[in-house]
Amino acid sequence: MNKVISIHTIRFFVLIIFQVLIFNHINFMGYINPYIYILFIAFYPVQNSRPLFLLFSFLLGLGVDLFSDSGGIHAAAALTIAYARPIALKFSFGSMYLHHNIKFGTIDLGAKITYIALLTVLHHFVLFTLEVFSVSKTILVLQKTLFSGIFTILICIILSIIFSRSTK
Amino acid sequence: MQQIINFIIRNKTFLLFLLLFSVSLVFTIQSHSYHKSKFINSANFLTGGVYNSINNASQYLNLKSQNQLLAEENNRLKAILYNSEDQLDSIHSDTTTINKTYKLSTANIIRNSYASTDNVLLLNKGKNDSIKQDYGVITTKGIIGIIDRVSNNYATVISILNTTNPISAKLKNTGHYGSLEWDGKSPNSIQLVDVEKIAPVVEGDTIVTSGRSSIFPKGIPVGTIKDFKLDTAENYYEINVTLFNDMTNIEHVHIIENNDIQEITNLLNESNE
Repeated sequence: MNKVISIHTIRFFVLIIFQVLIFNHINFMGYINPYIYILFIAFYPVQNSRPLFLLFSFLLGLGVDLFSDSGGIHAAAALTIAYARPIALKFSFGSMYLHHNIKFGTIDLGAKITYIALLTVLHHFVLFTLEVFSVSKTILVLQKTLFSGIFTILICIILSIIFSRSTK
Repeated sequence: MQQIINFIIRNKTFLLFLLLFSVSLVFTIQSHSYHKSKFINSANFLTGGVYNSINNASQYLNLKSQNQLLAEENNRLKAILYNSEDQLDSIHSDTTTINKTYKLSTANIIRNSYASTDNVLLLNKGKNDSIKQDYGVITTKGIIGIIDRVSNNYATVISILNTTNPISAKLKNTGHYGSLEWDGKSPNSIQLVDVEKIAPVVEGDTIVTSGRSSIFPKGIPVGTIKDFKLDTAENYYEINVTLFNDMTNIEHVHIIENNDIQEITNLLNESNE
């Protein structure tokens, strides 16, 4: 149990550092950045205390916000996907996911892609809605969600494959 | 009473979600209003320190291009210096007033940002270098933004690539003015709106700051006109301006301090009362 806690603590800080120092400065095609810190929320243990999980997600987003001068947009987006995660889990792994005690390292790729894609799209939509903060620019929000979303899903899948193999 | 407590216990996750969500919304709304982002900004000890140490390493990577920019600036300044000798008398009074009103100091950008809709930059100068809120930030090519939050050693700059904070600018040739806004699309171009329909707008004309706000002096270059059209009401021009600065590649900047800013604000406050 201690090992699990330490792994997630390290992951929390490493993901923030990587996000703000590397992935926030990619700016592919001018504005497309992947937001890989959602991996912490995606791979948080399934059996958990939900209030604590929400609090950690909020702090994770706030950490990223602190570095990128963006108010509370990352905190709000991270919190939303943390709250909506059970729905994504149910959709991707079936309604019995709690009893199967899934290990994220061993699930098949298709379900994993669906799961990450769901979280990413929701996260990016909330994020960019708050960032743009204007109803008249909905097209810009959708455009950013789509392009950054594709980029994030790709990087997240690659990262999760690399790190799940090495820990086995 | 018991039912209320039961309700809270049953829905504690949802209530926690609502609470935290509204906290982050408050932060977001604060960050959208000028000078209000009190808690969440990168000009603090922790984030400023992290960015500073990373920047110390990464600035070696573009030393070459930055040196080139500084060499160009030197050339330009030398040209001004050598060419001004013969007309020193005529501009003498002018330069002394400029020196009195505006004071310049240099700084380095340690965090650049141009991809989001409200971009904030971080400088390695702060209160200890007598930098204050509302000072202007420029490069030799053109304007960058306005100082927002200041800590002891760092300061954040609201970039001109920002959808919330318009800056006054004018056509260099005719003096018709408008306000600079950004549509959030390309970091190379910015929009000049509310220019009177009567203004003779020509593609390729230069846009400069108007000097109507007390932050920037008159005549700091902004960019050239790329294209223009009338707005939906057909009363004002909307002009696309190509910036002189490459906002993706800025490092050495100048901070402009207006010594008369206190006097100007006092005067404005008195006349408002």
